[in-house]
Amino acid sequence: MSAPAIRVEGLCKTYEIGSKQAAGATFRETVVDAVMQPLRRLTGRSAAAEPTETFEALRDVSFEIQPGEVVGIIGRNGAGKSTLLKILSRITAPTKGRIEIRGRIASLLEVGTGFHPELTGRENIRLNGAILGMTGAEIRAKFDEIVEFSGVEKFLDTPVKRYSSGMYVRLAFAVAAHLDPEILLVDEVLAVGDAEFQKKCLGKMSEVAKGGRTVVFVSHNMGAVEKLCSNAIMLEQGQIVSAGACGTVMEHYLATRSFGPNRNSRNSTRIDQHLVVSGFEVVPRNPRSGRPVAITITLEAQQDASLTEFCVLIFSARGTRIAIFDLRLTETVPCQLAVGKTDVSVRLLELPLIEGDYTFELYCGTETGTVHLRDIFEFTVQPKLQPTPIIAYPSEARGHIDLEFKSSLLQSAHVENIAE
Amino acid sequence: MPLSDTISTEAPVPSKGSVRPVTAAAGDVLTVIEPPRGWRALDFRELWQYRELLWVLTERDIKVRYKQTALGFAWAIIQPVMLMVVFSIFFGHLAKMPADGLPYPIFVYAGLLPWTFFANAITSSAGSLVGSANLVSKVYFPRLVVPLSAAGSGLVDFAIAVVILLAMMLWYGVGWSVNLLLAPLLVAGTVFIALGVGIGLSALTVAYRDFRYVIPFLVQLWMFATPVVYPARLVPEGWRWLLFLNPMAGFIEGFRSAFLGRPFDWLAIMLSLAVAVLVFAAGIAYFEKVERRFADII
Repeated sequence: MSAPAIRVEGLCKTYEIGSKQAAGATFRETVVDAVMQPLRRLTGRSAAAEPTETFEALRDVSFEIQPGEVVGIIGRNGAGKSTLLKILSRITAPTKGRIEIRGRIASLLEVGTGFHPELTGRENIRLNGAILGMTGAEIRAKFDEIVEFSGVEKFLDTPVKRYSSGMYVRLAFAVAAHLDPEILLVDEVLAVGDAEFQKKCLGKMSEVAKGGRTVVFVSHNMGAVEKLCSNAIMLEQGQIVSAGACGTVMEHYLATRSFGPNRNSRNSTRIDQHLVVSGFEVVPRNPRSGRPVAITITLEAQQDASLTEFCVLIFSARGTRIAIFDLRLTETVPCQLAVGKTDVSVRLLELPLIEGDYTFELYCGTETGTVHLRDIFEFTVQPKLQPTPIIAYPSEARGHIDLEFKSSLLQSAHVENIAE
Repeated sequence: MPLSDTISTEAPVPSKGSVRPVTAAAGDVLTVIEPPRGWRALDFRELWQYRELLWVLTERDIKVRYKQTALGFAWAIIQPVMLMVVFSIFFGHLAKMPADGLPYPIFVYAGLLPWTFFANAITSSAGSLVGSANLVSKVYFPRLVVPLSAAGSGLVDFAIAVVILLAMMLWYGVGWSVNLLLAPLLVAGTVFIALGVGIGLSALTVAYRDFRYVIPFLVQLWMFATPVVYPARLVPEGWRWLLFLNPMAGFIEGFRSAFLGRPFDWLAIMLSLAVAVLVFAAGIAYFEKVERRFADII
């Protein structure tokens, strides 16, 4: 057995929130602090008396990944997946612990990092390649391949700000796809882009995985994890709760789904500085397939705000997108929100989902931008009361949606004649 | 019967559980990640590995700066030349500022050149890290590359402006002596001090955005503490050593001596060089100390 590609021992990451050391500290405070510190010590009042709120993003995480393994990291929002990936890719430093990585490493936390809108496609390939850690020779060697893969040959000398968003993403992914590390760390890059792009990404990813490369893949999409990964690690509140063969860990994940609004995440319910999602209610709590259901989202505004986009998304337990309620289509948004609470409600007369577990996500747009709030709420759909005595196939055999349909038989006695 | 709830894709399914150990390549790289502990030395080897990035980022800054401007690179000349005209009118013509016996326009232009480079370099490198927040929080690379490239891109403007100085020397018929041989050393000194200050300020700006407001003010004050529009001789002899503690004073006086053929003040140049190297080392040391926290607080 060769040495592991990645060995993590006792990894901890603590963020200080609301303390003087946090991002909000100004120079003055630090200077005053530095002056006051010795004075406090003289007067016997220790600085430690000041309350410092800390947040433990990772707690004593240890694991090993062998060369050639493709490992998925799963867990709910705020479980520490992204923090772990950021530490592995050396973007942020751990508070405690030690990591050893053997092999050339590259990380892909976003597609198109560092693309400059004013530069041409050609210039951006060089720029992005260099940012992702390619050498000049490597970029020159792979340049033609990248261009071909992206399919934007004609616009190579056009500034990328004139590109369509599709072209932009294709070019960005083409560069990333030609990274050639021994260890690849991937965040939810697959979450962006259209279906075709996602397909291309997954294709490339499994190609990489098959090529004997070590891959660490963080995702919400259980389907993709199941498809790509041989092993998985599940994190919960900064700790590993399950690790091993992908199927086993996935079962654990599905079995321990916490119900009710997700409280694990630190700020997943904040839309912007002045707007938060303060409540989420589904009536009835466990709706029945084929029966009415009402979803009410309570928004709390600290100052007048305008909502430009608002969508409620339904995902399956495995992270497949099932449906979207786009409130622009019902002309509920855009709208103005006054200070205080506003209830946004969506009603369905007949819930078409089949029985099983689902999650809600929200996609909101305000003047300051758009946010995608994941894992906002989880709910279970009860099986439909069948009018017929026939027992339906198990839910996993039926997809996600129950369709209302009629069927008939038309028998013809003269089939042979038609054949003639 | 369709049984699996996987997402729709035609991606080939990798054989699960197949763990094929990759034979350890000859140049097996081992990366160790540990919590940051105090001061650490600059990793020159790593910086060298990322030279392509340094080069590409510098190129980007140069290209982007004058994109979609009608006058393009002419701006590199217009800025110091306009300042020269204004200063010549007010200080040279109206205030009758002494200029070491030289025509005031060329005297002030020779001072403005290194000063403009210095001021632009520290301003742009100070804001460079905060300006690249999305890079810093998404990809790993030696963060030093960012302020280095921001400061470095100013060198092109500087080179263009030097051409004008050479033309003015022909026009006024001054300079053109062996003193010119010392110019590279003085430029290098200026680059060092600009990098030291810029790198230090860029790291400070990440933690304390106050510096965004401090820097323009600091640059203005610093200019008056530097013999750009006046000759160092204007400062009483007993106090002149104080002036030369400011390394830009020594470099600008030296720069003038080199291009305009005046005798060098060796003591001032040596003192400035020493201070520049110290500031450079201090800037890098501070940067390296706090570098690993950037992604958390940017």
